[in-house]
Amino acid sequence: MPPPAGRRSGINRKEQLGLFAGYLAVAIAIVLGCALLIISLIRPEAFAGLRNMASDLASPVGAIGGESRVRSRGFFEDIAGYYHAGQRNADLQNEVEVARIRLAEAEALKVENRRLKAALGMSEGNLKPVATGRLIGSTSASARRFAYLSVGSADGVRNGMPIVSPMGLVGRVLEVGSGSARVLLLTDSESMVPVRRATDNVVAFAEGRSDGSLRLRLINLGINPLKKGDVFVTSGAGGMFRPGIAVAVATEITRDGAIGRVLSNPAATDAVIVEPVWQPAAVEAMNTAPAPPVVGTD
Amino acid sequence: MDRLNPNSRKDAFGSKINRTHVPVLAYGIPWLSILLGSLAPLLPVIAPAPVMPPFAFIMLVAWQLVRPGILPLWAGLPLGLFDDLYSGQPIGSAVVLFSCALLATDLFEGRFPYRNFLLNWFNAAVLVTIYVALATLFSGAKLTILQMTVMLPQVFLSIAVFPLAAWLVAMLDRLRLMRLRRVG
Repeated sequence: MPPPAGRRSGINRKEQLGLFAGYLAVAIAIVLGCALLIISLIRPEAFAGLRNMASDLASPVGAIGGESRVRSRGFFEDIAGYYHAGQRNADLQNEVEVARIRLAEAEALKVENRRLKAALGMSEGNLKPVATGRLIGSTSASARRFAYLSVGSADGVRNGMPIVSPMGLVGRVLEVGSGSARVLLLTDSESMVPVRRATDNVVAFAEGRSDGSLRLRLINLGINPLKKGDVFVTSGAGGMFRPGIAVAVATEITRDGAIGRVLSNPAATDAVIVEPVWQPAAVEAMNTAPAPPVVGTD
Repeated sequence: MDRLNPNSRKDAFGSKINRTHVPVLAYGIPWLSILLGSLAPLLPVIAPAPVMPPFAFIMLVAWQLVRPGILPLWAGLPLGLFDDLYSGQPIGSAVVLFSCALLATDLFEGRFPYRNFLLNWFNAAVLVTIYVALATLFSGAKLTILQMTVMLPQVFLSIAVFPLAAWLVAMLDRLRLMRLRRVG
């Protein structure tokens, strides 16, 4: 059943109409596509329901893939272990890296505690994780950086919840389906997280750069106090992320801050934890428009 | 009476006697392979930067160059919509780009009906470069110099992967035309 060879319709009326209908259809498709594109650029959340339904349908396939990613990595590491005796060395290095991050986080907590003790009656309380899931894939061909998560609203996941791995912050939930969710990764250019240096209170914004690193922009301009190797943790400003989650380590100092490497590389994490929004009331207050002032009548 | 040449009773796709092509396979396999390409974001690869080639688009172009006319011109609408659901692009971006690519390959086919693989490859390279550039423009990501430099490896990888896609399409084309249906 090879395709029709001739492109010319000739004298056949039916063929002429068929060819014309084809070009008409592609013109309509382009116009329709432009309309959809404009709608979804103006209102990015417009087709969230459709997308969530689609990712719910396909997420079982992705979940199998996610498991095999973890398993195959183990398998290849086993083989590599025979060839390279340095496997154990690599494991230990990994452990040291985790320990270093933990240490930085602990230091951050110490500073945090001191500050909290100063502010009377302010109790942090323990945040219980909402759900544990797996990152099952990412939009690896698009300029936007989203990942798919294997848990959804059926497990209690809601919009805006932080996604945390043992190594640090991964991103936040953007859209939720019933059995899957879409995560805005830290490296997306629309992602912005308020951070501070783990050792003191130098505050900055961590913005995603498209090449997988973060741009740490200091809020207080002046002499740049940052050094290579400074670890940044979430500051808790904005109320979305609890303070003290490891975010990035500075690798290159710029004029207004630094370029940072994300500590929790999403490619190397299998299980992630969905945490509740730290201060839901504050986030809600920021998202809702201020009420119009009451005009007194006298 | 001389025996007929035994090769005349069968071809590369199976026996010609009493057997014919299966319409579901013949028309379904191109669609299915492109849809599977759209599901690539669910592959267990979590990339920190856009590095993977746009598989669905490359498959679409490869089918269109190997078998011009096998996909109807309106195929960009459903295929693009499906791709947008998973690719992370705003909905409508792939609808426009797939439709334009179908139109472009159709015009290319009309202009160069006889062509070799290198010309196909060149055409695919031009199309995929334009596709990646426009998709980045439509994505809603901030357009910086860095974004442009990040795009380059993806473009090169996409161009390099085209021969592989063309080989896959050729294999699928043989599967597509298998004479499996019994007639009479």
